[in-house]
Amino acid sequence: MSNLNKMKNIIIEEALKLDCGKEISNFPLAYETYGNLNEKKDNAILIFHALTGDQYASGINPITKKEGWWNYAVGPGKAFDTDKFFVICANVIGGCMGSYGPGIIDPLTNKPIGTNFPVITINDMVNAQYNLLDYLKIEKLFAVAGGSMGGMQVLQFVSNFPNKARVALPIACTASHSAQNIAFNELGRQAIMSDSNWNEGLYDEKSTNPDKGLAVARMAAHITYLSKQGLQEKFGRNLQERSDLKFGFDADFQIESYLRYQGSVFVDRFDANSYLYITRAMDYFDLTKQFGGNLSKAFKDTKTKFFIISFTSDWLYPTSENKDIVIALNAIGADVGFVEIKTDKGHDSFLLDVPDFLSTIKNYLNTTYSNINERRI
Amino acid sequence: MKEEFKVISKFIEEKSRVLDVGCGDGILMEYLSKNKVVDVRGLEISKEKVKKCLSKGLAVIEGDAENDLKQFPDLSFDYVILSQTLQAFMSPENVIENLLRVGKKVIVTIPNFGHWKVRLDLLLKGEMPVTKNLPYQWYNTPNLHMCTIQDFYNFCNNKRVNIYKSISLNGEKISNITTSNLKYKNLISELGIFLLEK
Repeated sequence: MSNLNKMKNIIIEEALKLDCGKEISNFPLAYETYGNLNEKKDNAILIFHALTGDQYASGINPITKKEGWWNYAVGPGKAFDTDKFFVICANVIGGCMGSYGPGIIDPLTNKPIGTNFPVITINDMVNAQYNLLDYLKIEKLFAVAGGSMGGMQVLQFVSNFPNKARVALPIACTASHSAQNIAFNELGRQAIMSDSNWNEGLYDEKSTNPDKGLAVARMAAHITYLSKQGLQEKFGRNLQERSDLKFGFDADFQIESYLRYQGSVFVDRFDANSYLYITRAMDYFDLTKQFGGNLSKAFKDTKTKFFIISFTSDWLYPTSENKDIVIALNAIGADVGFVEIKTDKGHDSFLLDVPDFLSTIKNYLNTTYSNINERRI
Repeated sequence: MKEEFKVISKFIEEKSRVLDVGCGDGILMEYLSKNKVVDVRGLEISKEKVKKCLSKGLAVIEGDAENDLKQFPDLSFDYVILSQTLQAFMSPENVIENLLRVGKKVIVTIPNFGHWKVRLDLLLKGEMPVTKNLPYQWYNTPNLHMCTIQDFYNFCNNKRVNIYKSISLNGEKISNITTSNLKYKNLISELGIFLLEK
């Protein structure tokens, strides 16, 4: 992994008190930036990634050699226009792309930390990433943005640091992980943990990964990211390179083959223990509970402008849950915009080329940025 | 900008908090935020129009007045505007009650079904009226509850809602409606614009 040396990272020396009670210090946080910070330092956007994302939002990911996870949205002339904005994205703690996570080698044992890694929360992830702003000397962000788990981080960020960002874009997310979400995450974790290679999380990173378990976890999760209609239109009952059913358990159907492929490519780039830790962090996320059952209180001090987006065919983080955030913000008179984008691409819509979605964000950010500058003059 | 919006914006004092219910493309919102230094929010049912508003950086949420007004706290806005949509609701009565709950003052405009052209259409042709302000056929109209300026006056009286100002709009002609000229204005106005308070 010689490319790991090219990764940007900071070492966070100061102790970070985690929600579980433990403290971590001197830990790495890997990040990437796109575009340039202007002289006034008012054009920075911090993007938070989702469950299986990393810091490589745009362009080609130097490790996987694949397109960045938000390549449709981040880049020159795109929704998050890097000709105009300075986009920062960090790998969350618990992740497996250079930030402090269960795959990091413990210098004492010379083995991966594995399940000795502390259980982390969305709050911990956000607090760790805040250090990056101090390091980059950014007083005030223009925006924070993210979809799915990235959206949860947006909400937690604004709640923790009410006046650190002018604009917040939580996309296809929730303020409180639902029973259904937890159930799907548990399914994934059980798949990993019941793979004998998992070995209580103390597998050797190179040789005996719980790849089968991780692949099944990914396959199950992948179904939740798509809509029934989307699947039906893309695959229907089409057969995979055969003219008739084979009366066996090979992948007869295209959808089976597709899921198997998704599972197999995922294990090459993702660590099974990271999957456990990050899904756990999502399950523990309940911003409403953090504020005694009143979500509005999470945002009571903020002057941040919110723009919340959901998708019609997203049944994992449905419009109703996104709207709960809108309602909580309206209850305290916060500045909030909300639209539900029509698409059949399911929860994955936020990662895909959905022109309505991308153009609305682009226009919103550009106009809001110039409005703020006009008002300042 | 439409004459109607000019009248509405004159009602609104500077530095107020305004909610535009059924804000459409956000034309009035833009005007208010640029010229009146008001803090303005919008509610709009059409996705296309919401996207247009958000593209202009306006704080608009997708939703409909009959279900989504209830999320706003009591008296959380200085003014709530409802422009030419009252007649399209299932329950205009509930909507007005909610507007008066959310806003300290409420501005309502209605297309006047008492206008002489409307009356004449029905009287002479014996057909449901189709006019510039009411361009629909009976079978495709979104307007479920048409009323006249007189009807709206009666409604406010019955509900003990104070009408602070009422303006008649006929083409570009703007005039005051008073109790003494009400019958006449009900005949010649295309639109009625009302400033209400509970």
